[in-house]
Amino acid sequence: MGAWWWVVGALVVLVAVGLYLSMTAGRLDRLHRRIDTSLHALDTQLLRRSALALDMAASGVFDPATAVVLADSAHGARAASDNDVVSRGLAESDLTRVLLEAIPDVQEADELREAAPDPTMLDDLRGTCVRVQLSRRFHNDAVRACRQVRKQRLVRWFRLAGHTPWPDTVEMDDTPPPGLTAR
Amino acid sequence: MKIGIVCPYAWDVPGGVSAHIRDQAETLIEMGHDVSVITPVENPDSLPPYAVDGGRPRSVPYNGSVARLTFGVKATARVRRWIREGEFDVLHVHEPLAPSLGVLACWSARGPMVATVHSSIERSRVLVTGYYLAQTALEKISALVAVSEHARRTIVDHLGGDAVLIPNGVRVDHYQDAPPLREWPGPAIGFLGRMDEPRKGLPILLEAFAGIRARVPDAVLVLIGPGDPDEVLAEVPAALRSGIVVLGRLDEADKARALASLSVYVAPNTGGESFGIVLLEAMAAGAPVVASDLDAFARVLDEGRCGALFPVGDSAALEATVVELLGNDEERSRLVAAGARRVAAYDWRTVAGDLIDVYASVTAGQSRVREDLRGQIVGRLARRRTADGGAQ
Repeated sequence: MGAWWWVVGALVVLVAVGLYLSMTAGRLDRLHRRIDTSLHALDTQLLRRSALALDMAASGVFDPATAVVLADSAHGARAASDNDVVSRGLAESDLTRVLLEAIPDVQEADELREAAPDPTMLDDLRGTCVRVQLSRRFHNDAVRACRQVRKQRLVRWFRLAGHTPWPDTVEMDDTPPPGLTAR
Repeated sequence: MKIGIVCPYAWDVPGGVSAHIRDQAETLIEMGHDVSVITPVENPDSLPPYAVDGGRPRSVPYNGSVARLTFGVKATARVRRWIREGEFDVLHVHEPLAPSLGVLACWSARGPMVATVHSSIERSRVLVTGYYLAQTALEKISALVAVSEHARRTIVDHLGGDAVLIPNGVRVDHYQDAPPLREWPGPAIGFLGRMDEPRKGLPILLEAFAGIRARVPDAVLVLIGPGDPDEVLAEVPAALRSGIVVLGRLDEADKARALASLSVYVAPNTGGESFGIVLLEAMAAGAPVVASDLDAFARVLDEGRCGALFPVGDSAALEATVVELLGNDEERSRLVAAGARRVAAYDWRTVAGDLIDVYASVTAGQSRVREDLRGQIVGRLARRRTADGGAQ
């Protein structure tokens, strides 16, 4: 009689552990998916930013020296788009720094807006720079949440994460040019 | 962009969160977006055309007070149908931690989701008991927004994430063109807030007003807001009583007009304010502001550059500040001009632009919001049934 109770008890525990594991696996799956989408969103915004920078460099609104430096860093960022996360981050930070220098303050931004063939160009660039910053933040938040779950002992013992690589945050300088964001 | 907004509290019960959602929805619609709001409501006939009935709110004790929330099987079904039929590009959930429609929406949807946290939750008990549930709901949200530094701290401390700070907005256009409600016989000093709520500080203003009347005899004190004024005014001597006008609760349009008629707006609050939206409304209506130096107020007034500050609870200092301001037209118009510039940053049109940036950065290259059928027995059965139906 006593032995039966042990069997029932063990079964209950097994079922409970199984349920917990299945729920956590579902949770991890959701988090991994969120990381995929947030990285994809960041990628979209970064590509849009370098495309806009190239357009502006080619449009003749900048002096030739600024245009050359801007085009160079924008090309660099595009070329690095398939690289590993660290070297891409460095290339994108370079573009950020050039943009900061190219549009240092509100006066400069106003002059550029007047000179631009399409006045919405600067607004597009402002929007994209802000969205790069937001997307990176959201992505790194997702990575942090995922790491928290993956550090749990049961998750590691039962390899609930499968073969998904350990998630990486994206580190880069994403400050939008103050000339564009000042109100 | 097609935006679905989830409101956790009853639409027809006045409150900060539902007012915020109404302004947000209307501003986004003016900007040309397609907006649908699902909300609990007492009387579905009172809903504007962009809002959908999410069910009756029920009064339940929650987090130390009685809250009016909507939940249950019926509400879940309504939220699910709204998500299925809405085909939203992004879902915006307000107060995702309140056990109401917001949490139901988090459970029922997948895809680009944004959530705004309004309240600062000091009592972490709720978060501890509901921690696992809250986490699994919040983990689906791609972007968290906080309306104040206080609310942001709640997220950082209790949930271990971060949030983008997008402040509360004011519909500046509704305030700046408001014609004055009335001509007052003398300079009008205004108060706005619950009169019988001590933290709103009406007694301090009444004490100061006695002194102000002694020096500016034709000054009028205008009281706007709900609550019973009798108890507070019982202490006031009859001579002073004749200089006090009680307007009571006003609707949005009349509130704007009343603020526009003031010579000075006074916020004598002694605490409990996390933001100070009324100050912004007064500034938008063109009233010079005098406020107690609470952190939130000092921040909104740019450390006193856009309005005069006085030490919390100090009625003598309040009296001196108001008397000086009433005698100095130049300083008053300077404050009005500074206030108008200040409030532009909190204009709903600006705030909505920030929100669109957030939406755009979570929707870039993503599919639309869909119903989430994973992890739920009912959902799995429903999915199987539709799959069978499709095969036949």
